[in-house]
Amino acid sequence: MPADTPPLLSMRGIDKSFPGVHALRGVDLSLAHGEVLALLGENGAGKSTLMKVLAGVYPPDAGRILLAGAEVRFRTPQQARRAGVAVIHQELNLIPALTGCENIFLGQEGSAGLVSRGAEARAAAALLARLGLSVPLHVPCRRLTVAQQQIVEIAKALLHDARIIVMDEPTAALTPLETRQLFRIVGELKARGLGIVYISHRLEEIFQVADRIAVLRDGANVRDCATAAVDRPALIEMMVGRALTEEYPRRVPRIGPPRLVAEGLVRGRAVRGVSLEVRRGEVLAVTGLVGSGRTETARLIFGADRPEAGRVLLDGRALRVRGPRDAIRAGIALLPEDRKTEGLVLAHALRDNFALPNLSWLSRLGFVRRRLERERYAEYASRLRVRAPAPTERARNLSGGNQQKLVLAKWLARRCNVLLFDEPTRGIDVGARYEIYRLINDLAAEGKAILMISSDLPEVLGMADRILVMHEGRITGEITDARRADQRQIMELAVRGAEEAA
Amino acid sequence: MTRKQAIRRGLVGLANYGMLPVLVLLCLLFSVQTITEQQPEGAAAGRALAAAILARTPPRPRVAAFVQAHEADAALVQALAAGLEAAGGELVATARGDAAEAARVIEAAAAAGTPLAALACTRATAAWPAVRAAARDHPTLGDPPVVTPPGYLWPQFLMPANIRNVANSISIIAIIAIGMTLVIITGGIDLSVGSVIALAAVLATLLIRDGIALGPLRLLGGSLEATPATMIAASLVAVAVCGLVGLASGALITVFRLPAFIVTLAMMLIARGTAKDLTQSESVYQIPPAYTWLGGQSSLGGIPNAVLLMLLLYAAAWVLMHRTVLGRYLYAVGGNAEAARLSGVPVTRVLLFAYFLCGLLAGVGGIVMASRTKSGSATYGEMYELYAIAAVVVGGTSISGGEGSILGTLIGAFIIAVIETGMNLTHVPAERQPIVLGGVILGAVLLDRFKQWAWRRRAAPAD
Ligand SMILES: Nc1ncnc2c1ncn2[C@@H]1O[C@H](COP(=O)(O)OP(=O)(O)OP(=O)(O)O)[C@@H](O)[C@H]1O
Ligand SMILES: [Mg+2]
Repeated sequence: MPADTPPLLSMRGIDKSFPGVHALRGVDLSLAHGEVLALLGENGAGKSTLMKVLAGVYPPDAGRILLAGAEVRFRTPQQARRAGVAVIHQELNLIPALTGCENIFLGQEGSAGLVSRGAEARAAAALLARLGLSVPLHVPCRRLTVAQQQIVEIAKALLHDARIIVMDEPTAALTPLETRQLFRIVGELKARGLGIVYISHRLEEIFQVADRIAVLRDGANVRDCATAAVDRPALIEMMVGRALTEEYPRRVPRIGPPRLVAEGLVRGRAVRGVSLEVRRGEVLAVTGLVGSGRTETARLIFGADRPEAGRVLLDGRALRVRGPRDAIRAGIALLPEDRKTEGLVLAHALRDNFALPNLSWLSRLGFVRRRLERERYAEYASRLRVRAPAPTERARNLSGGNQQKLVLAKWLARRCNVLLFDEPTRGIDVGARYEIYRLINDLAAEGKAILMISSDLPEVLGMADRILVMHEGRITGEITDARRADQRQIMELAVRGAEEAA
Repeated sequence: MTRKQAIRRGLVGLANYGMLPVLVLLCLLFSVQTITEQQPEGAAAGRALAAAILARTPPRPRVAAFVQAHEADAALVQALAAGLEAAGGELVATARGDAAEAARVIEAAAAAGTPLAALACTRATAAWPAVRAAARDHPTLGDPPVVTPPGYLWPQFLMPANIRNVANSISIIAIIAIGMTLVIITGGIDLSVGSVIALAAVLATLLIRDGIALGPLRLLGGSLEATPATMIAASLVAVAVCGLVGLASGALITVFRLPAFIVTLAMMLIARGTAKDLTQSESVYQIPPAYTWLGGQSSLGGIPNAVLLMLLLYAAAWVLMHRTVLGRYLYAVGGNAEAARLSGVPVTRVLLFAYFLCGLLAGVGGIVMASRTKSGSATYGEMYELYAIAAVVVGGTSISGGEGSILGTLIGAFIIAVIETGMNLTHVPAERQPIVLGGVILGAVLLDRFKQWAWRRRAAPAD
């Protein structure tokens, strides 16, 4: 690139404060044509905020943005989009009642305001086919899983002619197969000269996809270098500010008799006869492709949905669960898939959210024991490193990773005997992950049964005692000795399922 | 900071602070507008009178007082005597009653031949002919001046009687607004409360008039011979029935997942229709006078009982909402019902409770109304549901649920009452008053919207 061409994007001295939080303190960022920049940092470091400033969601308090050398000032996301900035937001922004197709074309129906459904459907299908991704486009988005919604979001961003694409944790809910497709697309976009900002807490992805790395800590630049110039431990140290000797804490499993047994669970097309058992002290990982029925299985066990057939036994006794309340009473917890719609009351205080499933033991005679509540919240918030200005802050104002930590905290505090975790570390940074893994190990050591749904294969391999692979509503593979498995083995099981079904 | 920013920041501050500043501003406004000369009464008047007399007479004055025969004037005389004695003076004669009594007292004083330093009067007694003519007709009195307590400037709006009136006039709406707050916080609405007021009033008064019978067994006597026990029992039965009406609405809303708006709209028609049917559209008034204790009498130094009940209920509701598990559940269900359900909140039961309590409190409102008017009629409480909703919304509770406060509703109710009585005091024509009230409600909602908008600008992603 000749030295006199200005970079595609240059952000200078960006400053942004929220009440009680100085989120960005004079951040600089630049992006060249055809470059993939990984934007890294701990939860709450300011990554999403910086990208929202770029996308016209928030006005910066100070600082300048230059697109190809010309200063721009976006007042609305529409203006940014028209200037060629497309963002896949970390938090999904689809309209639940509209179909995937309608969501993709939202805001740019034909010029006369008319909607040509046939043409739209064809274009959307073609787009997905080109991306090599698949997702049902004609059902309301509220019925899609988080991962499927993520794919719709990606399609939506790619549809527009963009010069810059920001991907804020696009793979947090995706499995390696979908992630690989996404990287293929990233490669194509890059070849066409687009600039891409890529945010992720999955470090192995960074080395696959990024040309350059920029690290934020506490809203300030700490490092900017070529990917080739660092290795994984150095990267972790840059982000967390200290070295982390191991990413998955060691544990000697002491596995006892079966604690949770599910037999022949069926519901619609999502779950077609799933039987599984989790033993005392065992961490069972369930993985599989997007839409394989993992989430639905957990919801059936928890009573969030009603199974059409099948039963659940807890410690050898059949459970009658009419709803989540019964399940929780019996000692089963579910960390739900979508923190925004299922995990949190976004408009309420962090502490109230934390207390919600725990009020039965945080109260006496129906009155909330507020001191106890304060103390327990403080304890869990500091263990999980929830970064927030105050316990009374609204959950909505937390960064994505910190929201996830809050959902984890509320369920860990409940101390249930069976824990169903659906993507527990989705969007959580490496430092806090380690702490969470330690908590999970402690729970297992106490004889609790843990079922962990995860698409993050390194995590599955690092944490699980046993692995189940699901495909299209069935369990299609099992790895009994997870310590000796590798990613390829899991992927083969998941894909073989796909081939068998095809 | 530009001026625009300053204004914006000010508005946001106002909105964040709730509507309390608005209430205070309104009170100030009406206070300033209604400043007039006020007459002191009772002991305060006595003290002021003593001071006025001591200021304009030679030391150790001998004084005669002329007052009417009511309680306030008795207190006046007592305070006057004490004030004079403290300065070495003496209250030598007191006329209590009418002008004729005053004449007798003057005659007696004149006959005794001792001069008086002053004639202490109130505004009313100073006009009595005997008092006015005393100095001229009886030179032996030594030409005593007639002294009245000096007046002072004070807003009519802030007179204790007016404040009592404001509180009393809003008490019924404020009581039903408690239940409405709960229901709205859960994300629902209850349009039936106005009709339920009528139902409660009619049921209670009918039961009192006809006595309570169980089949052929006559348990309690009715009509004017009804005992307090009958009246209490009748009121409780009526309130309980109203609770059941609320419970029925709640059941339809939760079990069949019908919209609260429709269910309670239907319930509104059913309740009012039942009240009309029971009374044949006539008012029920054969009630013992003692029944007015709750709605028409005062205790604790002149605070109306209805206001006391209202304050008590607000305190209880505050504890419920902010200190109990149930309160947390109510908020959680309104904030995100699915997240609440997945956290083990018994969503159906919580909703049932909200509608049950709303019906119950509407019943209590109806009893207060029946007691105040000593009668029951199917026309009671018309439009009250709208005033209650207005109080809730003006008080800052979000109509979409999950957010709001019980004390906000109390403030909202008072804002409505202050505007209504304030407009009466400042002689705004009755026809024009609803326009102002409507404007205020719109203003409150706009302020709330502004808060959300500002918060979005500063904060949230486009979600
Ligand atoms: N709308 C808001 N109101 C108040 N504070 C906010 C708001 N949005 C973000 N913050 C705060 O700004 C800081 C940066 O948040 P941001 O979302 O940019 O973090 P992040 O780097 O994207 O983290 P994560 O990895 O968890 O997604 C956090 O402390 C967060 O609490
Ligand atoms: Mg983020």
